[in-house]
Amino acid sequence: MARITMREAISQALWEEMERDPKVFIQGEEVGVWGGSYAVTRGFYDHFGGERVRDTPISESAIIGSAIGAALTGLRPVAELMTINFAFVAMDHIVNQAAKLHYMFGGQMVLPIVIRAVSGGGRQLAATHSQTPDVIFAHFPGLKVVAPGTPYDAKGLLKSAIRSDDPVLYIEHATLYQMRGEVPDGEYLEPLGKSKIQRPGKDVTIVTYSKGLDLSMKAATELAKDGIEAEIVDLRSLQPLDMEPVYESFKKTNRAVIVEEGWRTFGIGAEISARIYEEAFDYIDAPIVRIGQKQVPLPYNRNLEQMALPQVEDVIKGVKEIV
Amino acid sequence: MDLAQDVQLEMFRAMLLSRRLDERAWVLHRQGKIAFHISGIGHEAAQVGAVFAIRRGYDWVSPYYRDLAILLAVGMTPAEFVMGMMGKRGDPTSGGRQMPSHWSLKRANVISHSAPVATQSPHATGIGLAIKLRGDDRVVLTTVGEGATSQGEWYEAVNFAAVLQVPVVFVVQNNMYAISETPDMQMAIKSVAEKACGLGVPGISVDGTDVFAVYRACQEAVDRARQGGGPSLIEARTYRMTPHSSDDDDRTYRSREEVEEHKKSDPVLVAKRQLEERAILTEKAYAEMDAQIKAEVEEAVRQAEQAPYPEAEEALHPVYAEEIRLAEASHA
Ligand SMILES: Cc1ncc(C[n+]2csc(CCOP(=O)(O)OP(=O)(O)O)c2C)c(N)n1
Ligand SMILES: [Mg+2]
Repeated sequence: MARITMREAISQALWEEMERDPKVFIQGEEVGVWGGSYAVTRGFYDHFGGERVRDTPISESAIIGSAIGAALTGLRPVAELMTINFAFVAMDHIVNQAAKLHYMFGGQMVLPIVIRAVSGGGRQLAATHSQTPDVIFAHFPGLKVVAPGTPYDAKGLLKSAIRSDDPVLYIEHATLYQMRGEVPDGEYLEPLGKSKIQRPGKDVTIVTYSKGLDLSMKAATELAKDGIEAEIVDLRSLQPLDMEPVYESFKKTNRAVIVEEGWRTFGIGAEISARIYEEAFDYIDAPIVRIGQKQVPLPYNRNLEQMALPQVEDVIKGVKEIV
Repeated sequence: MDLAQDVQLEMFRAMLLSRRLDERAWVLHRQGKIAFHISGIGHEAAQVGAVFAIRRGYDWVSPYYRDLAILLAVGMTPAEFVMGMMGKRGDPTSGGRQMPSHWSLKRANVISHSAPVATQSPHATGIGLAIKLRGDDRVVLTTVGEGATSQGEWYEAVNFAAVLQVPVVFVVQNNMYAISETPDMQMAIKSVAEKACGLGVPGISVDGTDVFAVYRACQEAVDRARQGGGPSLIEARTYRMTPHSSDDDDRTYRSREEVEEHKKSDPVLVAKRQLEERAILTEKAYAEMDAQIKAEVEEAVRQAEQAPYPEAEEALHPVYAEEIRLAEASHA
């Protein structure tokens, strides 16, 4: 076991898969010489060369569209978007092509493409550079959407994503790159589409993922001081969505708080609470609480931005409302 | 040079003010007083040459993040700029909500652009269309970096403007870099101006370190646009003398020698030499001007530092126009 950062974990996964399979290649803006906008691919260009670590023009639509074309021939592109906000420039390829081609080709061709994208706010980059729009991608059948919250999961899930024959959007949170965690020395894979209990507890179920996990773990530590033991279910993958651990936990605690960084309206909390309502109605002892971002574009000024983003205190307050 | 001497001096002063303010912004960043800066140093000739070709405050401007000199020339005050950098309530764009350097200034017909590059280009085409529909005689000046011309929407914007024959001047500030990527990684041609012929607009490439050369090229394009002759594409070739932004370390991808070499054609120095050769500016007059500008910059910083920050709740500023009207009504 080694304690490494999220950045290192993601980087190791990419490196190992590039070494293992010559069909894997990376393309995106600034991924080569510069080493990636969050330094994830630093050193890759020198080791693997410019053919497999390709710097592209500022053309997100062509980055994703050409990755799709290459994947249809059997290659395994990892296409990087500097931020998920630029996915909107390539939305047609993500939504109308990547998500649907396997279905529209009647399964004759597969699309083993990974789109890596940095999501999330908190870095003072303002409204069109700080969004957490993860959930909208989970809306479209055909895409897998993975968003790890620990270095361990980041590595194991990215390796699985690269080996998956389906298109995977792999979301990295902008403020988690420095987070440290234990990662095994040898190779391991984490399955896509499996939720995981990150903290056991008995009093309330917190359902979350990505940055929300960080907020929830911190909140749980505080709540424990008041004798409240929160169980934290990390979704890790929004599509496929594994609800079994959520139901199991909820049937024990009878209370749920759902924590996401994005806007609550039509968000993950809405989906999870609807499913709890459908599958575990008899176990509901309190209203389900949803924590998320204020319903405004994220502002630049730090105080304003933090005001709009969900905080640890919001999670604590949310739990205390129903426990 | 057909420009009156006082106009030439005014242009030079506009460049120098932008330079000194920009340098001050880097200092503010080092002092931890601002979180982010993206610089226009090296772009002053391209920007001042372009903006002096329009009717400032009357024509429309759809700028990009390096356009400090353009914004100052259409009337944004240095203090307003610094307040934007600091995220103060007095930031004229949006009271500390929008990113610094993504300006909007309604009183000067300047619209804000967004983080994804080249989104301002189709907006400029739309303003051009509106001008045509409304039958007025304004033009639109819009700017972008050479890297951003790799975006599909940039081509769509120019093509649309060409088809509609609307009065837009597309200025591309080619500073030889898009973060670390050089122009040969963006395009298989030598000059952005070559893109014009496939789109059916006049395209020229000018020395973007020569403010008067840029001015002449833009003046011609502006005149043509105003007379109903449609859009133009102008590439102003210059050099980004700073890192991409305060988050970048450019030593990882370009040599110090290369940067030093380009400092010889620093647009401010080029203009100073030109004015000296034309006997419009003396060393003494320059020193006075510079001292006055530096004082102006210090005063702007002082004002901005004293100005209040927004309250955290101002994050909840209404998102919809109708809410704003309701809020205003309830104040009455
Ligand atoms: C659609 C989109 N993709 C990527 C980025 C990230 N990005 C910001 S500035 C920049 C470089 C732009 O270079 P250029 O257009 O030449 O302008 P310059 O900064 O050199 O003035 C990039 C890639 C972005 N803002 N928007
Ligand atoms: Mg450039």
